Amino acid sequence: MNVRSITENLGLEVINLGSGMDISVSSVECCDLLSIAMGNLPPDCAWVTVMSNINTLAVASLTDAACVILALNTQVTDEFTNKAAEAGITVLRSEDGIFETALAVHDLICRE
Amino acid sequence: MCDHQQCIHLTYNVSGDDFTTAGEASSNFKKKLMDLGVDRKTIRRVSISMYEGEINMVIHANGGVIDAYICTDHIDLILKDQGPGIPDIDKAMQVGYSTAPAQVQALGFGAGMGLPNIKNNTDDLSIETELGVGTTLRMRINLED
Repeated sequence: MNVRSITENLGLEVINLGSGMDISVSSVECCDLLSIAMGNLPPDCAWVTVMSNINTLAVASLTDAACVILALNTQVTDEFTNKAAEAGITVLRSEDGIFETALAVHDLICRE
Repeated sequence: MCDHQQCIHLTYNVSGDDFTTAGEASSNFKKKLMDLGVDRKTIRRVSISMYEGEINMVIHANGGVIDAYICTDHIDLILKDQGPGIPDIDKAMQVGYSTAPAQVQALGFGAGMGLPNIKNNTDDLSIETELGVGTTLRMRINLED
């Protein structure tokens, strides 16, 4: 299940269309503490969080996350969106909570 | 011992208290390693270690300098700052221990995972610190065969 399919299946809002829409998503992870995320996000994961500062993008990029999914309709700044575009990171948004969002992604991955 | 005479040497200046540019040094070094064809697993270990060190410089030490050396069978990172120093290294190495101020914790930092993450992702780590003078972290990550 790639990032594009997850986006379409769950009707996620695309905040930034990154360069990795065809990446096959390995797993889904939930975390808002950046150092915990930094040490534990597996490569190619979908990372669900409500933390939407610039540093979230750095962690996503450095850990090779497939995409960031902002839960609970988390708002972003123009600076955040511009940085995501510059770094080619796919950022999506869900109106659902962290658990519901992650569970839906998990179900899609497991369905394959 | 590697004297770094035959290694690729890159230097990065890290600004203090600037969270908008925090991570740029690590991101730029990651790109360099990708260009050189270093394997993904090693790049990930380097990225995590360097980013954690870089963030510590931003949070605690008003910035610093990172010297990165790409050698034939390993990568060395030397992070030097002129910050306040670490009063208790053993405590600082403990998972969950943090002295990050509240405004930094609000950004998602301060989980007390910085140095433990570095230790977990390096093959060798040494910390020299002196109160009121600064801290130098030396990290080595061996390249995969």
